[in-house]
Amino acid sequence: MSSNTTSGDASCHSNDATTSPHYLHTHDHHHHDAKTANLQELIIEGAGCASCVGKIESALNAVPGVEKAEMNFAMRTVSVAGTAPADALVNAVEKAGYNAKIATAEHEDDALAEKEQADWAYYKRLMRDMTIALSVGVPLMIYGIVGGAMTVNTTGERLAWLAVGLLTFAVMVIAGKHFYIGAWQSFKNHSANMDTLIALGTGTAWLYSMVVVAAPQLVPEMARHVYFEATAMIIGLIDLGLALELKARGRTSEAIKRLIGLQAKTARVIRDDKELDVAIEQVLMDDIVRVRPGEKIPVDGEVIDGHTAIDESMLTGEPMPVEKAEGDAVAAGTINKTGSIRFKATRVGKDTALAQIINMVKRAQNSKPPIGRLADVISAYFVPVIMIIAITSALAWLNFGPDPALAFAIVSATTVLIIACPCALGLATPMSVMVGVGKAAEAGVLIRNGEALQTASKISAMILDKTGTITLGAPKVTDILIASEEDESTVLKLAASLESGSEHPLALAIVETARERGIESSKVANFSAIAGHGVQADVDGKTLLFGNEKLMRERNIDLGEFVEKAQNLAIEAKTPMYFAVNNRLSAIIAVADPIKDDSIAAIKRLQQNGIRVVMLTGDNRATAKAVAAKAGISEFFAEVLPEDKSKKVQELQMEGEVVGMTGDGINDAPALAIANVGFAIGTGTDVAIESADITLMRGSLHGLADAIAVSKATLRNIKQNLFGAFVYNAAGVPFAAGVLYPFFGVLLSPVVAGAAMAFSSLTVVTNANRLRLFKAQEH
Amino acid sequence: MLLINIVGIVLIALIVWWFWLYKPKEAELGENDLIITVENGTYSPARIKVPAGKAIDIKFMRKDPTPCSETLLIPELSISETLPLNKLKSITLPALQAGEYAFHCQMQMYRGQIMVGN
Repeated sequence: MSSNTTSGDASCHSNDATTSPHYLHTHDHHHHDAKTANLQELIIEGAGCASCVGKIESALNAVPGVEKAEMNFAMRTVSVAGTAPADALVNAVEKAGYNAKIATAEHEDDALAEKEQADWAYYKRLMRDMTIALSVGVPLMIYGIVGGAMTVNTTGERLAWLAVGLLTFAVMVIAGKHFYIGAWQSFKNHSANMDTLIALGTGTAWLYSMVVVAAPQLVPEMARHVYFEATAMIIGLIDLGLALELKARGRTSEAIKRLIGLQAKTARVIRDDKELDVAIEQVLMDDIVRVRPGEKIPVDGEVIDGHTAIDESMLTGEPMPVEKAEGDAVAAGTINKTGSIRFKATRVGKDTALAQIINMVKRAQNSKPPIGRLADVISAYFVPVIMIIAITSALAWLNFGPDPALAFAIVSATTVLIIACPCALGLATPMSVMVGVGKAAEAGVLIRNGEALQTASKISAMILDKTGTITLGAPKVTDILIASEEDESTVLKLAASLESGSEHPLALAIVETARERGIESSKVANFSAIAGHGVQADVDGKTLLFGNEKLMRERNIDLGEFVEKAQNLAIEAKTPMYFAVNNRLSAIIAVADPIKDDSIAAIKRLQQNGIRVVMLTGDNRATAKAVAAKAGISEFFAEVLPEDKSKKVQELQMEGEVVGMTGDGINDAPALAIANVGFAIGTGTDVAIESADITLMRGSLHGLADAIAVSKATLRNIKQNLFGAFVYNAAGVPFAAGVLYPFFGVLLSPVVAGAAMAFSSLTVVTNANRLRLFKAQEH
Repeated sequence: MLLINIVGIVLIALIVWWFWLYKPKEAELGENDLIITVENGTYSPARIKVPAGKAIDIKFMRKDPTPCSETLLIPELSISETLPLNKLKSITLPALQAGEYAFHCQMQMYRGQIMVGN
């Protein structure tokens, strides 16, 4: 049977994450070939008795390609191992007298697809409603515009308008039903919403018109005007507005869609020497996972063998693939480019960095910056206030208006109700935040919430921690000055051998350099560390001494001109160390923490944007000065103890600056917390996502400038939206009420109000979508 | 004319009373947790009462396809969740202090209150 077992990518799906891992273990057959088997899970319907189990299992076991079928009666599911196609399995179960379907796991992208489907159905319904309403409204309106009489005076007119009135009623029922039901439901709940306004507005227009038709004698002759076209047009236009808004909204969540799309659906795990394709939620901690070139990394893990280059750009924004070998961490969602690797799963399911990022971006997208709060307060009271304004306006027309006062009163009340929907106001902030936060995430910048987004746009001073922020945070050998007959590789070999036992970061730099150059180290004997001075040991029969000037002087080693050379290195922010072989100076090895490639350019970008850049470091003044000069920073604080970093933040705040603090997250935590905006530099997967206001997924400081640029663009967008919404709402209302009439003799038509309202939300959503085109400055 | 003006003013007074002054009844959270239905522009029940100092699950069932109803926000608790259409969604409230917590949709057109009492 195992000869049928060919490799395949069909996945095992399960809708029951809690029990399925156990299935997997019970289904592991102890074949020692490493071919891939598949597990499929079926949901059985109609299996009411325990005796059905045997029947179903044997039916499935008889299907060619099935290795083993096992039913979980309690869950009414069957796990089938083997290569049989799914429909053959379903058929077999059906032949045995039961219904079966393939279980599919609830993936986030399935949920997204479902949402899109629901949105599409709703969109079609709205478009249908819109067509119905406008096919009645548009001819009526054209009739009015070309001079047709919209008045009721004769019996013939009454009958004709009665027919139109009934037709309009049909429109209200078919195309506008949702407004009236919604309005009634919310009225019962003592709340008022957009439906309330539409229902009241269109209802008023229709009722008044029907009164004119049914009992014209009740209405002054001049006011015997019908407004059926307004009712139909408003319903049609608002349905159209909703439909277009729905479409535009879909695009605002593109960033999240893209992030979710990064998740792999299946993983290839190795259990009992056998490779199994399993659904992603069935991967357990410590599982061994194999990934081939071109495949996505399914979960977070640590490489145990193989080496490869991994494209992490989707997570970090870093364009260059990163080399990975044994011991390196890999992150879910990144793409394995060149080699085949096996890794041990260290974080699975909701714990992977990608899942956490998706979660965080989602949350941030729905949070509101303080600028949106006023709009919220307004929205909450808006609808009842508008109802009151509509009544007041109608009363004013009735009391003081010219003839036909009644008609003017009705038109103004209807128009006020229709134009005033605060939905655009409510949408103004969330739509922009959604796009802005998503945009930032695409650039590898994780913004924690709306407040951080808003504050980041106001940053006037940026404090940068030196080590790990401006510099790589990992010292490297920069210079080897030879003082004897030994050549550079011999020096390195001896020094690296000597230092291989040391944990000191400077020692690590030397060992790393030797490893990079392919130099193997020798055996070390008689190793001893001389506190505060250096180390000593015997290697290859030579006595080696490695340390500072003090150590050399104590051992009476002649340093000659090298003292001056060492001082020159120190001025360049490098740490020089003396290396002696058999009590003679052999070389000076200088180690430095180099500035990241793009730190200088990124700092310049910040400064060009008018931000005061300040460097902070615990290092000595000389090193700090040298690094600051190189990085183009004129203001720096050296020898700052970790606990004093937050004081420096406060000092700048006292000077009136809005302070951004950037650090690598651990010893900088208090300063990050106290700053107006704390930026954590997270490197790849080890990011402390929750610790800072904004997390830069890649090490580059360009992320800072990008974050500030995105936040500025988003805030600008929000302000445009709020302004637009305000024009529609607050400014539209007086016009609707008729303030123009005394001066120009015009009153806004309810149809115009309907169009304005329909397109107000659309304008806001469309403007927010413009943010998607935003590009942080090229770098 | 006087009559019409009086009717208008009474209407205004009714609006103020109905939407602002009147406090609707609260639905008490039962032993089996409560389901809030999102339909036709409202949450129902829109005012629910839960005990203080105890984490609680509230389930939402969205039957309303309008995009606005999709997001549920409880600003004071920094909760923002997407409600799937025609599916139950459980939202866990942390242990809360006594007080009122508003929940609403993105546009604030759908509104509700969680009353946390002792």
